[in-house]
Amino acid sequence: MNYNWDWGVFFRSTGIGEETYLDWFVAGLGWTIAVALAGWIIALLLGTLLGILRTVPNRWLAGIATCYVEIFRNVPLLVQLFLWYFLVPDLLPEPLELWFKQDLSPATSAYLSVVVCLGLFTAARVCEQVRTGIQALPRGQLAAGHALGFRLPQIYKDILLPQAFRIIIPPLTSEFLNIFKNSSVASLIGLMELLAQTKQAAEFTANLFEAFTLATLIYFTLNMGLMLLMRLVEKKVAVPGLIAVGGK
Amino acid sequence: MISIQNVYKWYGDFQVLSNCSTEVSKGEVVVVCGPSGSGKSTLIKCVNALEPFQRGDIVVDGISLADPKTNLPKLRSRVGMVFQHFELFPHLSITENLTIAQIKVLGRGKDEATEKGLALLERVGLKAHAHKYPGQLSGGQQQRVAIARALAMDPVVMLFDEPTSALDPEMVNEVLDVMVQLAQEGMTMMCVTHEMGFARKVADRVIFMDQGQIVEDCAKEAFFGDLSARSERARQFLAKILQH
Ligand SMILES: Nc1ncnc2c1ncn2[C@@H]1O[C@H](COP(=O)(O)OP(=O)(O)OP(=O)(O)O)[C@@H](O)[C@H]1O
Ligand SMILES: [Mg+2]
Repeated sequence: MNYNWDWGVFFRSTGIGEETYLDWFVAGLGWTIAVALAGWIIALLLGTLLGILRTVPNRWLAGIATCYVEIFRNVPLLVQLFLWYFLVPDLLPEPLELWFKQDLSPATSAYLSVVVCLGLFTAARVCEQVRTGIQALPRGQLAAGHALGFRLPQIYKDILLPQAFRIIIPPLTSEFLNIFKNSSVASLIGLMELLAQTKQAAEFTANLFEAFTLATLIYFTLNMGLMLLMRLVEKKVAVPGLIAVGGK
Repeated sequence: MISIQNVYKWYGDFQVLSNCSTEVSKGEVVVVCGPSGSGKSTLIKCVNALEPFQRGDIVVDGISLADPKTNLPKLRSRVGMVFQHFELFPHLSITENLTIAQIKVLGRGKDEATEKGLALLERVGLKAHAHKYPGQLSGGQQQRVAIARALAMDPVVMLFDEPTSALDPEMVNEVLDVMVQLAQEGMTMMCVTHEMGFARKVADRVIFMDQGQIVEDCAKEAFFGDLSARSERARQFLAKILQH
């Protein structure tokens, strides 16, 4: 292959004011992080709630949570995104529909769709981790909580969840990383996150390889950083003398 | 203090408890023994409503468990329970294990709860370990903490479900000593245990269960004294465990 690598391209002006191509990548990274973090908050809250429901002694609640998981885990992410972006707004009550389609900027409406989509999709996966974590605890912990006079919600909050979360930090970390990677689907509905910016820069400059190399590096560095962050969290919450937790 | 009245319990079709009746009065120490699977744990768990039962009633300190209006969490907070596998909360320090229920269930202040917890920890000889975590203690030490945790709730009665059977032999006595002391101080106790030495020393009565039924329920002296008056099954059981 005879390709003239030109790394200087990122510092060249895009022709719009002072803007360089690097600025596009920075803006894209900003959207990627904004999508992933907001989606993660939804996923963590909803996933925890669903994970709890799957373990409570109530067949109806457990059944609802199970249905949720089966639906959201088994429909491809892209299909879900198109449903949220193209179909769901049409099903909203008229004022909301108009607000979504006319009042919001295209970026905002794409952002909302992808955040909801990724949040609900990832919630199904978080739910399964939380359920596994709770079920991994000895049955006696629940009994001990009851025996001391705790009510069920308190038992979950103070006894079961703090232990379950410590157990599931590693799989939760990979879900956390996944949501950053999955956020690239947003490029398909026109949100200028990192992948979309990369494609655009590649097309404008014709420096395809440089653009995608940089994007790869950014995704990689981001994920490594997040992984280190989660390791720190894991260390911080590790309990002395507890082997199942903390990794060592 | 505890009145168990014609209790029946099934797991599906399987009958675990069959017409069980007995009384434990205030200050009394009752030892429950019997072969594995005879329903001892189930019976004792019924006393603080950890397990529901289908027929009969259990009355604890004047409160009927069969009454649907009974506030079960409140009742359980007044009944101490010690488990075979300790069931300390591994993510909490020893001090937190001793105070969490006092604070969150009884609504005590943190200082009051800590003071009470530490006093009990001293009583079971573990004051130096207050800042450790359960995983850093031996089995015997964990069980003593578990007893202190139950006592911190000022229980009207203490239930024990084979508190020493998960322990290495050299740790059994440190736990039994705490239990003996408790018995001698007048605590009402119902203990599932095969430690006949403990039964001989402090029990007032011994209950022998087999296949979900209370087969023997008599004073300690009678239980150990006059074997010929015991049922065939109780004699067989005693012969087996007294050999050890
Ligand atoms: N959750 C359950 N579902 C079905 N059967 C059960 C359940 N728990 C206990 N059993 C059965 O009920 C019977 C009594 O059990 P229990 O635990 O009360 O016996 P135990 O006398 O305490 O025995 P051990 O000395 O082994 O502890 C056993 O046959 C057991 O298999
Ligand atoms: Mg048992």
